[in-house]
Amino acid sequence: MNFGKYFSLRLQSLICGMVLVFSTEIDSVGQEPEKSVDPILETSVEAIESSRIAAMERAIRPTVAVFGNGGEGGGSGVVISPDGYALTNFHVTSPFGTNMRCGMSDGKIYPAVLVGVDATGDLALIKLLGREDFPVAILGDSRKLQVGQWCFAVGNPFLLATNLQPSVSYGIISGVERYQYPAGTILEYADCIQTDAAINPGNSGGPLFNRDGELIGINGRASFEKRGRVNVGVGYAISINQVKNFVGALRSGRYVDHATLGATVSTDDTGRVRISNILNRSDAYRRGLRYGDEIMEVAGRSIRTTNELKNVLGTLPSHWRVKIKYRNSEGPTETLVRLDAVHSNEELLQLVQGGLPGMGPQPKDRKDKEPKDKDQQPKPDSEEQPKPDTQPSDIDSSEFSPKPSSEWKKWFIEKDGFANYFFNQYEREKALSKYRESLGALDPNATWKLSGKWVGDDRSVDFLLNENKIEFVKGGVTQSIDPKQGVSKIISKRSIDGLPLVLGLWRELMLGVGNAKGKLIDSSVYLGTMPILGNTPFHHVLEIPISDTRMWAYFHPDDYQLTAIELFGDEGDDPVEVYFDQPTKFQSIVLPSRMRLQYGVEPTAVFILENADLSVTTVREEKTEESGS
Amino acid sequence: MIHATRAIVHGLLLACCFGSIQPTALAADTETKSTSWLNTVRNVQERVVKIYGAGGVAGLESYQSGILISPDGHILTVWSTVLDADVVTVVSTQGQRFEAKLLGMDPRLEIAILKAEATELPHFSLKDLPKPEIGSRVLAVTNLFGIATGNEAPSVQKGNLLALSDLKERRGRSSVIYQGSIYVVDAMTNNPGAAGGALTDWDGRLIGLVGKELRDPLSNFWLNYAIPISELQPSIAALMEGKAMTPQSEMPSVDNPHDLVDLGIVLVPDALPKTPAYIDRILPNSPAAKAGLLVDDLIIMVGNQRIDGQSRLRTFLKTLDKSDAVDFMVQRGSDLLPIKLRQE
Repeated sequence: MNFGKYFSLRLQSLICGMVLVFSTEIDSVGQEPEKSVDPILETSVEAIESSRIAAMERAIRPTVAVFGNGGEGGGSGVVISPDGYALTNFHVTSPFGTNMRCGMSDGKIYPAVLVGVDATGDLALIKLLGREDFPVAILGDSRKLQVGQWCFAVGNPFLLATNLQPSVSYGIISGVERYQYPAGTILEYADCIQTDAAINPGNSGGPLFNRDGELIGINGRASFEKRGRVNVGVGYAISINQVKNFVGALRSGRYVDHATLGATVSTDDTGRVRISNILNRSDAYRRGLRYGDEIMEVAGRSIRTTNELKNVLGTLPSHWRVKIKYRNSEGPTETLVRLDAVHSNEELLQLVQGGLPGMGPQPKDRKDKEPKDKDQQPKPDSEEQPKPDTQPSDIDSSEFSPKPSSEWKKWFIEKDGFANYFFNQYEREKALSKYRESLGALDPNATWKLSGKWVGDDRSVDFLLNENKIEFVKGGVTQSIDPKQGVSKIISKRSIDGLPLVLGLWRELMLGVGNAKGKLIDSSVYLGTMPILGNTPFHHVLEIPISDTRMWAYFHPDDYQLTAIELFGDEGDDPVEVYFDQPTKFQSIVLPSRMRLQYGVEPTAVFILENADLSVTTVREEKTEESGS
Repeated sequence: MIHATRAIVHGLLLACCFGSIQPTALAADTETKSTSWLNTVRNVQERVVKIYGAGGVAGLESYQSGILISPDGHILTVWSTVLDADVVTVVSTQGQRFEAKLLGMDPRLEIAILKAEATELPHFSLKDLPKPEIGSRVLAVTNLFGIATGNEAPSVQKGNLLALSDLKERRGRSSVIYQGSIYVVDAMTNNPGAAGGALTDWDGRLIGLVGKELRDPLSNFWLNYAIPISELQPSIAALMEGKAMTPQSEMPSVDNPHDLVDLGIVLVPDALPKTPAYIDRILPNSPAAKAGLLVDDLIIMVGNQRIDGQSRLRTFLKTLDKSDAVDFMVQRGSDLLPIKLRQE
């Protein structure tokens, strides 16, 4: 128990104080000379101080100073993986575009490339190049923070790190679960940490550590108002738990968005948070949430105020599926809701590329767009929005080669809609190559025959899948569906036909992966990591465009096995979901022997695979009839 | 020898000091992770409230901080325009909302006591105030910048007590009326909304009321300070007893009352529900002229009655007999001046 330790330490210090007097007296009468500090006290003070110094030494090593290629401007960042992935603020990288330079306390400057951007959350992921053994920060748990705990910020305030040695400022946690309004719809600080450790211009993007040196947040903004742009004892950090939600998506090289419920809420007279408006095409609506219902919990956190809801939603990436507990006249219900995106893709692109409040557009767009008038930007009255720290630095420009290093170009592919498409391909290939290994060689021309039974139905079913057709035979009757005719109609029926439909696409996915090429894979997008059915572990998710819609494939983070496929239909319809488990060896290939079909949150049917033949060369010619009766 | 002696001392102390543990700053420093320390912080937060009232225009904030000083909802705060509202809302750390009434204010100290209808609230004791040493650690808990929205808890900052000094030295450079001792701290407390918050010692015992915003215009230096509670204690006691402001309804009109024209005072046009009682003109040779009232003086008190507008002034004067002298308190620039008027 903490109290015991606390008590004994307090006691020690008291005792030491008294003993100090005692021993001084002894000294004064000329007896055995000795140090005038009690050894117990001295030991404990030294222990505390040295543990603090050790924590700071650990913390300084992964901290980086972020500069433009010519040494201009800058902010801070922190490395979180040995291969150089580092976190910083979007408003720090924004003026630099796609590449920058990062100084570390080893005195070296590393080229870095932009990986992913979360403009709404003011977060950017960059990758430092040139080492596979970068010092990394240990990630803490920001939910455990309590007001009063010591913490420290490390970074490059006022761009002081001319010798590349970061500065440390010490303080306490002044507040947790703070909500700081966005500028328009970006740079929202939800559920953030407030500290009185000095956060000054240049600290932006840098790490906030707890006293043990664990990374708890990314320093982003401060309250300045009429005091000028210096610390006034109020700094805010994006919580590391929010970062953990986003980092998987940021590694995808995309412009990542935040989540919205598709509903607005207000607090009623009794202090309950109730839905005041809800979109009828939102998943929340499909899951039964209605006007007037009380929101009780979202993603495991209880909701007592509208601010708490904003805090929770503000830490979640778009399209995540989270548990929601709500109450209506029939009592409380727990369900799973797919969250929408705050912005449309076009809106997000415009916001990211249009430049930040008070700042011109990115160099790339400078020709096309007029610089925005600073005064027209939204600005809450007591809050200064983050600005890029672009004042000239004292960095010796000879440190920076006149021509930017071209190393980053190997790590960058420009593509519309992506911060850096290179990383999308990179992560996609990483996920698929593991999956490919488990598949072995597959004959693209063969028809697959998958045989088994629906649970609760003794009749055998054969699924016959090939490039052109999806057929299924039950009780001697053959039915067929053709995904090329459009899948939305099939999905909207919410029938068991969803399984053969998904299985046909599953075959195409496997063949595409197995042969490491094909349109299907080339046009797919790695989305990042997401929870599955509202749970951990976060899975790698690949989005694959399918005729008139899209399919999501979930790969397990450990073995990269395909865990689930979701196939989306029309907006407003639940997608078909198929969950694969119980891998079994069929001939030369391991396939899941259990497939659960689901629309919405209730399982529709379960299919048990009993036999699989992936090398059938001819399809039986039998009387066929259109499915869907 | 000595080690043996020390062991005995240790033993004796261990045996006897369970009753009174006097923590030192050092011990507290080592203990920020302990449950006890975090409880101390939470206890202080629970005794600080967020206050919302008038403002939100012309650079005036509509929020400030307050300190719970009784279980029955007495709240100590700074006197400011925020309290110039019909309803002042008080929000506790637990998110409870109260409507508070102004019980009284002391214009010289620029403090006010609000009263919310409540019982059994956590509160600071004003008895046995600690006498913190200069250099000791302090906590400041405030509603600075209005960061803590909804049911969020007020902000906590740490710092050191730098000095116990006299604010009078800053007269002429500052716009505060209070003249007296202040604690100067290095916690960044001098921010919008922080005034009225609590300055405590490292054990969470109240030592000061965080002061209003105060800037030296020459150096653009903002002074982080708090007024020692000991300076405020007599006034707080009087205000809590309702002595500083008599409820108007208890005062009967008199047959031969004072009136502004007879006193020689012409106010600015009464255009608002609560037009401030600014003097527009002083009639020559009038009692006001003789007593030294000036144009642009703001009448903020008459007798023990706070004047929140011209109508309150006119009504209150009707309760005072012409033959008695009237005590005015006016604000002239940043100074408060007591002025006695007597009709001949």
